[in-house]
Amino acid sequence: MIVLEDVNKTYSQGAPALSKVTLKIHKGEFVFVVGNSGSGKSTLIKLLLKELEPTEGKIYVNNKDLSKLKRKQIPKLRREIGVVFQDFRLLRDRNVYDNIAFAQKVIETPPRFIKKRVPQVLTLVGLSEKYRSVPKELSGGEQQRVALARALVNNPSILLADEPTGNLDPKNSWEIMKLLEEINRRGTTVVVVTHNREIVDAMQKRVITMNKGVIVSDEEKGGHYYADKYIDI
Amino acid sequence: MRISTLIYSLKQGLKNIRRNKLFSLASIGTIAACVFLLGIFYSIVTNFQHIVEKAEEQVAVTVFFDNGIEQEAIDQIGEKIKANEEIDTITYTSAEEAWEAYRESYFAAAPELAEGFKKDNPLADSASYAVTFKDIGRQNEVVEFLQSIEGVRQVNYSETTANTLSDFGKLAGYISVAIIIVLLAVGIFLISNTIMIGISVRKEEIGIMKLIGATDYFVRSPFIVEGVLIGLIGATIPLAAIYYIYDKIIIYVMEQFNTLTSIIEFIPTNQIFKVLVPMGLAIGAGIGFIGSKISIRKHLRV
Repeated sequence: MIVLEDVNKTYSQGAPALSKVTLKIHKGEFVFVVGNSGSGKSTLIKLLLKELEPTEGKIYVNNKDLSKLKRKQIPKLRREIGVVFQDFRLLRDRNVYDNIAFAQKVIETPPRFIKKRVPQVLTLVGLSEKYRSVPKELSGGEQQRVALARALVNNPSILLADEPTGNLDPKNSWEIMKLLEEINRRGTTVVVVTHNREIVDAMQKRVITMNKGVIVSDEEKGGHYYADKYIDI
Repeated sequence: MRISTLIYSLKQGLKNIRRNKLFSLASIGTIAACVFLLGIFYSIVTNFQHIVEKAEEQVAVTVFFDNGIEQEAIDQIGEKIKANEEIDTITYTSAEEAWEAYRESYFAAAPELAEGFKKDNPLADSASYAVTFKDIGRQNEVVEFLQSIEGVRQVNYSETTANTLSDFGKLAGYISVAIIIVLLAVGIFLISNTIMIGISVRKEEIGIMKLIGATDYFVRSPFIVEGVLIGLIGATIPLAAIYYIYDKIIIYVMEQFNTLTSIIEFIPTNQIFKVLVPMGLAIGAGIGFIGSKISIRKHLRV
């Protein structure tokens, strides 16, 4: 489902952001990517979304060779990948319903499907009651759930979460992780980039540890124990 | 384009205009000024051309024939003149008609004085053709042609009138085209700046749209709509204003310069607006479209 083969990424200045990265994430997997700041985690996500081009190597997403994708085909790739960020990136001038519906509008989904689908994902993330609220009226955890709902509304086969609990308290962090687990249980491949060692330890999922652009460990049911062997996360 | 996408683009376009009121108003104002001047120039130039055409119709050259020429030969000369493509009208005046006209204007006060010439027409050799041209600018070559016809004694014409009318028409055309080009450029520049500000205000939203798989076309269309809407609004205001003042100006000019009424005939409002409305709207929308395209190309990398 996600394959990287000897991927290098060097920015115009400084050391390589990714160096000889090779990994395979299968369909339906739940994977944590951990590492210090500057370890290459965000670069990895940007490469998967084709926001960046690798300097060398091949990347395949859902059997598509990203190097061969034309500019016009990028939106189609991104519709297969849901993405959530630490800072939620919600539209502040729109309510919960409109934020989620927006993701369907931009891919030109007919309005009757939007009306049917948005309440479904709102129920999934537990925000049915708050569909009229604007982001500033919601807690951090609720805002992240809206972001998750927006990422899921178009039924992506992959969900990338970049520090989804970075701005949340432990209680809300756990709620988000439970949601991600539920989403994964329903068949979506979930890749979570995080610093949260408690969660990584407790969930016992596959953990890929990165340091200075290199994958230093890849453990099936990892936790901080494995990561700590290499770096301090 | 889906109807829902079209509605979305329209809504967003209007929202952008509202959000960015000051710059939108500045752009609308510039386009309004541009289309207003264009409309004024168009009205003046079209009316001027109309007046010149009318004047050209009246600028005739007169062709006189050799002394003692037969009527049959005169008719043949007439046929030859008619056959020339540059000729618009040809009117024959016989010697008798010429004398009659002369008598009426010069002996009106004392018609008995003209009686002496009753049996001996002093203008016996003054039968003539009055000839008008389709294009006054080509008078010289047509006069040469007329002079070359056998049986033609003399061709009377005024070189100055023809040249002045045709040169003035050209000059007015060049000046108005130059001014309109400058105004169009200013309009495009301002619209593109307005759109650029709209893009920077919505940077975050555009970033989200890109990440969730919006096509370039979907991201760009609200900005194109915004530019075109600004252009159309900017064009409609001066068109309405010109429509309102055009008649009033004509009436004023005619009242102030009574003597002009017999020489000048203005084009009616409806006839002017048949061209001016589609032209003004197309220019407004065109400026908006080009301005937003430039800005999108420069500032919106999707």
